Amino acid sequence: MRDFNVSDVIEPVKKLCIEANTILPEDVKKKLLDAKEKETSPVGKEVLAQIEENMEISATEKLPLCQDTGFAVLFVEAGQDVHFVGGDITDAINEGVRQGYTDGYLRKSIVDDPVVERKNTKDNTPAVIHWSIVPGDKVKITVAPKGGGSENMSTVKMMKPADGLNGIKDFVVEWVRNAGGNPCPPVVVGVGVGGTFEKVAFLAKKALLRDIGDRNPNPVFADAEKEVLERINKTGVGPMGLGGKTTALEVYFETHPCHIASMPVAINVNCHAARHQSVIL
Amino acid sequence: MSERKKITAPFADEVVKELKMGDGVLMSGVIYTARDAAHKKLVELINEGKELPFDMQGAVIYYVGPSPAPPGYAIGSAGPTTSYRMDPYAPLLIEHGMKGMIGKGQRNQAVLDAMQKYGAVYFAATGGTAALIARSIKKAEVIAYPELGAEAIRRLEVEDFPCIVANDAHGGNLFAEGPEKYKEA
Ligand code: SF4
Repeated sequence: MRDFNVSDVIEPVKKLCIEANTILPEDVKKKLLDAKEKETSPVGKEVLAQIEENMEISATEKLPLCQDTGFAVLFVEAGQDVHFVGGDITDAINEGVRQGYTDGYLRKSIVDDPVVERKNTKDNTPAVIHWSIVPGDKVKITVAPKGGGSENMSTVKMMKPADGLNGIKDFVVEWVRNAGGNPCPPVVVGVGVGGTFEKVAFLAKKALLRDIGDRNPNPVFADAEKEVLERINKTGVGPMGLGGKTTALEVYFETHPCHIASMPVAINVNCHAARHQSVIL
Repeated sequence: MSERKKITAPFADEVVKELKMGDGVLMSGVIYTARDAAHKKLVELINEGKELPFDMQGAVIYYVGPSPAPPGYAIGSAGPTTSYRMDPYAPLLIEHGMKGMIGKGQRNQAVLDAMQKYGAVYFAATGGTAALIARSIKKAEVIAYPELGAEAIRRLEVEDFPCIVANDAHGGNLFAEGPEKYKEA
């Protein structure tokens, strides 16, 4: 057993919140630059050039890439040999988020009650935390700030097993086409297939953490990822929905065994500000 | 996009008429920020016949909720938010003199109809280029509803704010025609 003082997550979580919001992962950056070269629409090229310039400014001036610095979504993999001591680990994570969003001049976008009062919590807490227990005695924390614009363009559909893989592919392509410019294309599309109603949404979200070009280990789904990506880029939606060849940067499928009666499918859309940063403690 | 039209806000109908779908624009002058919560309040004021916090004649509204300004900055990051959330309110504001809107994503038919009827332009700014856009904002001042925080109404002085005419007052719609042109499947 390794004793792990919960206060030791505060500083790393704070840093991750700030870094994730100002620096895009290298693979996403590279993919965006490639896309700019290949884009044939002048308006699309201009949009991608602005995105490139923005990445440079935010990295040098430490300003957030996007003013919507998102919901703080965290994935925490805790080793089963870790023993958290010194307080409540969830409180400690939220303290890190609070400090990151306050000291980092990030926008506070969370309201306490989702319907009636909608009063801002003023420090971007509480975070959404997805826990998993893994072998070992380390703690891996990933912060993936999620913007409202692209999150609003996400969905879950309880499809019929008879709809098959073709049904899923069509559903995803048409969904992204209809989202148009709203989720800030070029987008990254996380597709969850299988499991239950809540599991499939989690899979779609988790898919967004993958690296560009990292394919599903099952060749059937790897091919589906490539095909759907190609088809989305043929919709013409283009950068910011203004027309062009770059509508998505990547499509990732994550699957899970499922019930004989069901075939749940979830689509979680991420914008070109596909932000996430991790640390292992 | 090589040629960009330079315009100054607020602006009159002559400017509205000249702007065409797909034009690259550098906007200077004074614009106002408002998101859903502020729009709701503006519409309530109009319906109650009360005075608005700024002159709507020729005004440009930018749909944005900026991040906090770090020391030494006029404003934090300030990119556009998704415009469709303002669709229920925009036609009334257009009817009352608003000439321009800056945001991201497509608008509904009611907004497009009002734009054609009264003459107004919808500019698309690039979502997620908030640090870049912040550079063109020289001054920012909260003029109404400070309690709304990021959603308060701000008066912005801008210089060469980069945007693209997405919908003009003549029915041109880049969100429809752009994708149609590049569509292969
Ligand atoms: S969808 Fe993404 S890039 Fe667009 S405004 Fe929201 S967080 Fe920013």
